[in-house]
Amino acid sequence: MNWDTVIGLEVHAQLRTKSKLFSGSAITFGTAPNSQTSFIDAGLPGVLPVLNQQAIVMAIQFGLAVNAQINDLSYFERKNYFYPDLPKGYQISQFQRPIVGKGHLDIWLDDQVKRIEIERAHLEEDAGKSIHDAHTNYTGIDLNRAGTPLLEIVTTPCMHSAEEAISYLKALHQLVRFLGICDGNMQEGSFRCDVNISLKPAGSTKLGTRTELKNLNSFRFIEKAIVYEQARHQELLESGQAVMQETRQFCPATETTLFLRSKENEHDYRYFPDPDLLPIAISMEQINLIKKSMPVLPAEIKSQLEKAELPTDDISFLLSTPATYRFFEQVHAQSDADVKTICNWLKGIYARALNDNNLTFDNPTVPAAELALLLNYVAKKTISNSIARQIFHKLWEKEGSVDEIIEREGYLAATNDNELESLIDDLIKQYPQQAQDYRNGKEKLMAFFVGQVMKQTKGQANPELVNDLLKKLLA
Amino acid sequence: MNSLRSMLDALLQKQISSVELTNHYINRLEKYAHLNAFISIDTEHALQQAKIADQLIHNNQAKALTGIPIAHKDIFCTKNLRTTCGSKMLADFQAPYQATIVNNLAEQGAITLGKTNMDEFAMGSANENSYFGAVQNPWDTNRVPGGSSGGSAAAVAADLVAFATGSDTGGSIRQPAAFCGVSGIKPTYGLASRFGMVAFASSLDQAGPIAHSAEDLAIILQAMAGFDANDSTSIDQKVPDYPNLLKGSLKGLRIGLPSCFFQKEVNSAVQKAIHEAVKVFEQAGAVIIEMDLTLQPLWVPCYYVIACAEASSNLSRYDGLRFGYRSSKASSIKELITASRTEAFGEEVKRRILTGTYVLSSGYFDAYYLQALKIRRQIQQELLENLNKVDVILGPTTPDCAFPIGNCPADPVQSYLADVFTVAANLAGLPALSIPAGFKEGKLPIGMQLMGKPFSEAQLLNAAHQYQQMTDWHLARPDEDKL
Repeated sequence: MNWDTVIGLEVHAQLRTKSKLFSGSAITFGTAPNSQTSFIDAGLPGVLPVLNQQAIVMAIQFGLAVNAQINDLSYFERKNYFYPDLPKGYQISQFQRPIVGKGHLDIWLDDQVKRIEIERAHLEEDAGKSIHDAHTNYTGIDLNRAGTPLLEIVTTPCMHSAEEAISYLKALHQLVRFLGICDGNMQEGSFRCDVNISLKPAGSTKLGTRTELKNLNSFRFIEKAIVYEQARHQELLESGQAVMQETRQFCPATETTLFLRSKENEHDYRYFPDPDLLPIAISMEQINLIKKSMPVLPAEIKSQLEKAELPTDDISFLLSTPATYRFFEQVHAQSDADVKTICNWLKGIYARALNDNNLTFDNPTVPAAELALLLNYVAKKTISNSIARQIFHKLWEKEGSVDEIIEREGYLAATNDNELESLIDDLIKQYPQQAQDYRNGKEKLMAFFVGQVMKQTKGQANPELVNDLLKKLLA
Repeated sequence: MNSLRSMLDALLQKQISSVELTNHYINRLEKYAHLNAFISIDTEHALQQAKIADQLIHNNQAKALTGIPIAHKDIFCTKNLRTTCGSKMLADFQAPYQATIVNNLAEQGAITLGKTNMDEFAMGSANENSYFGAVQNPWDTNRVPGGSSGGSAAAVAADLVAFATGSDTGGSIRQPAAFCGVSGIKPTYGLASRFGMVAFASSLDQAGPIAHSAEDLAIILQAMAGFDANDSTSIDQKVPDYPNLLKGSLKGLRIGLPSCFFQKEVNSAVQKAIHEAVKVFEQAGAVIIEMDLTLQPLWVPCYYVIACAEASSNLSRYDGLRFGYRSSKASSIKELITASRTEAFGEEVKRRILTGTYVLSSGYFDAYYLQALKIRRQIQQELLENLNKVDVILGPTTPDCAFPIGNCPADPVQSYLADVFTVAANLAGLPALSIPAGFKEGKLPIGMQLMGKPFSEAQLLNAAHQYQQMTDWHLARPDEDKL
């Protein structure tokens, strides 16, 4: 029997706000436990939440980016349950009326566009962390993460394979990073995913019983978890057993999913509107203002680069991180070099140098302006590609600016038309016989003169330029 | 010195020093300690503050309340004194921050002498639900002072402080004010900040003052109220100059008398006193308009569904983990939370948490909580529509006077009926005050409630003030020999 897999995804994207969703605490990752915990985050008696407006703007930016309906009136509700790292005994979230309604994100699969339906996106606060391995006799509670703003982005059950799911997640990951609303750091949990998966007989319109896979934080794990779960469902169904509605956890060590809790043991969260917070009213003016300040989205960048006839691989490279594309744009804006040349430089020598030093384009060692200047010299054939490479390495080692390096290393002699000309004039005077022989048709002597120029310029002269000048001066 | 105004004048004219005044109250506090109106007292700090106040007065730097010794209901977080909220759960809780209204009053020079007793987490109408014991009513020490701000009302009635703060979720300022023969106002929802006030039911809670007269209330409210960025439900608008607005004549004031406030369940002495008061208003030129509030039977049920629902969630943070009482009997996290709450919450608090959890549970949410929200909106509409036809709605604050201590009805719903006339103002977010309007059997105070449109505090206070210019119920004091 053939089966259709049905997948819906819930992504928790941590918003890059300056402070928490309802308090002024910072949200920097990896600081000392409870050093970013205010009285509000700790849920002390009598304190009250105050909404961070930056989170609202970011949620609206996301909504606009996925062509979603922005609800003019949404509100926060309390999700009630007891847990040691949930200080108030409830999580402030959105339930009945999220800030972002239905939208969609188009993804590319085998050169085909597939539209992923987004059901909703809502704001909520993160919980703290229970730390079980720091002490032998007790569990530690770190509330630094408590109150961190999350945007939970929920799709309809519209995906049918691990490949589609991963493709959507990568597109979403790229989108939130290009919007600048999430750093996308999956290891630190800034972008994590719950998967809802079910199987149904091929062609059937009735959905099967689903299982939910919780808190996956790597694309590879998500893919493995889906593939495993798909097979597990299929095996159960084909042997006549029922799939139980339950929450499962992916175990990276065994690459299997494990039972966490059943539907019956789910909490009754007793959602109700949080009376400490006013409803969020969003006006058309506010939306229009945010529209005007939207960054260029990956899809649009992609189509621009396609128009510039950049190959798909190069486009993917430039869009791999917002910093990569931002750096590319800066170089492009200041350079006469063509898009392809710039891309080759970034993808090749520059990316290698970054990799070797464990760096990224977030902290580019060689400034965009210097690289642009260097590529301008190459474009004007002032210097050769090989000299440009040597200069790049010196730039990397911070040995000065492009012009300083050229001056100091005597690349100018080898690169400047006039200086090369006078050098060639001197050579012709030095070797009059050879010059005469060349003019009489002994063309092989060209190589002799080129060799001499190269010898005198320590191999740094642009060979093309040398050839042109010799031809002119020996004529 | 029968009024806050005369006390302020005496201080400014240096007829008395703040230190003298503070010592006067400290002596009374000690003398009448058996009333159990206080949970914590800080005489040393108060006297330090009094010295500073005298210096300020000497330097002509006095503010609106400089040198006045006061008390805060123990629901307001204070940095110098623990904040127990009348509960074993918070018996040793020391807040690292201060409630905004505490700061506001301190900024105007008020001196905190102590924290007053209250029903645990403000749940109760008799102050009998306090972990720190019942409070005696100064008018009859065998009787309750009302609740939940029972300590504050008793402290003011017995002149243990110049005035006290209270909180009112369903009548917790007005009902004890009525029982203790003092004046109290619950402002419009959002007028006074809720920051640092331990939450009972967030959409209903409001802070307000308890004092001897409407004029006192006007002076205090002026200092207490105001926008606070730390409270999202606080209203960003200028606070009117209440003391200066106690001027208008009552001529033409439209007073609504709802028939439901004069049903047979309401004690006849109370009814008689309120009708007498109405005559006083009429003589002053007010127009009396009879009205029906048809949704009145739904006030209490609606209130208890919403208040308990919010309380069940607000009280979830008391899990014994980060602060407050922690049980020593637990061996797992679930047991720890359960045991801490079981051991540290009182009966009434547990009852309301259970009720609130029930009405929010799936399967019951629509029938109870959602229904209550709809009814709340209708109640609000009915009151606002009627307040378009009249300026104030007048009636008794409570159906009867203070009842004996230990005489609480076995059926908790019966005790909820003590709030029958007061909860409406909280459900609708309206301002309402209670002032003394007579005595039952010559010794038990009767309270009169005035309720108005949102932000009509100035009008309510003026109506009450004009009434107090024509009557002297607010000047009566309990017999000190029987205290």
